[in-house]
Amino acid sequence: MAAPAHTVSLEDQIEQWRSYLRRRQAIHSADVAELEDHLREQVATLVDAGLATDEAFLVAVKRMGALDALSREFAREHSDRLWKQLVVVPRDAGEPQARTGTDAIVAFCIAVAAAVAIKLPALFGLSMDEDTGFYARNAALFVLPLLTGYFVWKRRLDARTAGWLAAAFFAAVVFANVYPLAPGGDTEILAVLHLPIALWLLVGIAYAGGRWGQVNGRMDFIRFSGELFIYYVLIALGGGVLIGFMALIFASIGVDIEPFFESWIVPCGAVGAVIVASWLVEAKQSVIENMAPVLTRLFTPLFAAVLVTFLGTLLWTGRGVDIQREVLIAFDLLLVVVLGLLLYSVSARDPRSPPGVFDVLQVVLVVSALSADAVALWAIAARITEFGFTPNRVAALGENAILLVNLAWSAVLYTRFLTGRGSFERLERWQTDYLPVYAAWAAVVVIVFPPVFGYI
Amino acid sequence: MEISKDLIAASSTPLVLAILAEQDSYGYAILQRVRELSGGRMQWTDGMLYPVLHRLERLGQVKARWEVAETGRRRKYYRITSRGQAQLAEDRQQWEAVDATLRGIWRGLSLAVSALARHPAPAAPVPQGT
Repeated sequence: MAAPAHTVSLEDQIEQWRSYLRRRQAIHSADVAELEDHLREQVATLVDAGLATDEAFLVAVKRMGALDALSREFAREHSDRLWKQLVVVPRDAGEPQARTGTDAIVAFCIAVAAAVAIKLPALFGLSMDEDTGFYARNAALFVLPLLTGYFVWKRRLDARTAGWLAAAFFAAVVFANVYPLAPGGDTEILAVLHLPIALWLLVGIAYAGGRWGQVNGRMDFIRFSGELFIYYVLIALGGGVLIGFMALIFASIGVDIEPFFESWIVPCGAVGAVIVASWLVEAKQSVIENMAPVLTRLFTPLFAAVLVTFLGTLLWTGRGVDIQREVLIAFDLLLVVVLGLLLYSVSARDPRSPPGVFDVLQVVLVVSALSADAVALWAIAARITEFGFTPNRVAALGENAILLVNLAWSAVLYTRFLTGRGSFERLERWQTDYLPVYAAWAAVVVIVFPPVFGYI
Repeated sequence: MEISKDLIAASSTPLVLAILAEQDSYGYAILQRVRELSGGRMQWTDGMLYPVLHRLERLGQVKARWEVAETGRRRKYYRITSRGQAQLAEDRQQWEAVDATLRGIWRGLSLAVSALARHPAPAAPVPQGT
């Protein structure tokens, strides 16, 4: 007579246990099903051995392990899932509430510090209107060291790593300012464009904490970079609306505030927003779905279609690529966009799911971009001596080579994965291992190019 | 005797791969097999097996599929891949090297220990009752 009552209560207990598991973000429903099968099997064995169902259930749950430890173990393996929640689960959960509070305050203070930093040179007579070169070269140096400092504090990095990062930033300050660059010259513009790329690696090392050596650590940094970019654009759009609105209402009372916001609000807002956006990305991971992967889903098919059509037209009409001076930069940008699409779909993909249609599309996109680039390079190679080696052209050529190597090998790895001869993990590893290459090339452009090309 | 956590963690990968090399299996049965093989001396927390399996799956060393078991429930079965076989062979060589090294020194030690047992050192403290 007691047996039916027991079975009902066992179902209830299992249901409750399942709902506890489901609340853990690191454990997906498929895993819950797998664990549940295990639990039921264990219960059945114990009941066969003579235990009552409720006793058997308790023993089985106990053997499964404490939920916290279990979900931490799952989180370690599936850090991509956890990313939406928090980068690392705090070992001693109990202070998360207080911590997010301090976090917000520290982030706000650092944002204010960045705003002060950008106005500091004005005290020494460097005005934004006249010394544009100085501000442009040092733009990244006003904010990225502070952002790095924020992550050093947040990840509790050891003093040695922090010391190395500080030394690297100091070297950047030196190289950005000691060369006698011709104002507005090619090498100066290249340095302005490349210094932030090189420094972004330092932010990454701080962001990953001790996990820079791991694929997951670097992949989290890639995710962070994409989300940060999106947040920053959103904040900038909002800021634009605010400024426009301010100008309108002050104009109505006859006050022109344009000089004020040109010299104060725009620069201070631009640097402060980097910190605020970084903090938001960290704090809001669980609130909204990551945007970068959603955008890649949307644009990968579109870009693939455009590129395939382009190649088809090229073949059909037999037209050669019209070699203008800017063509190399246009193709560099194309490769950057394709790489971005690839990177963010890789970062969001569950490495365990089997190849699908989207993966095929991705390969089509990469291969067609490579073919288009090859056509352009072929055309340029023939006439490069005629054009001469200016710093711009060498930089563009170098970038093209770096992106080409990355994408070509990615295409190989992706094809291997599609044909079942390799795991997706190899592709992830390749992409994350490649990150320092971009920074290294950017550093070369900043440090080596000016003396080689005579500071023009 | 209980085997330490570190040793269990280190040996989990080759052990799981070896069990899957015997035949395809699922979580609960793998744990049963571990218990059987170790005579109950290797105590795994059951749940911890699954992250290990998922890591092997991500690395392409095992492949998973869902099947309906005889109980009518859906069950996730794992099969070792050729990559997993290669990893297992590699692991095996390493463990055999560790094992051989330890064996070498155990033999030397056991001689010394038995010699000590025959001629106890005179300075050894002798427990005295009061």
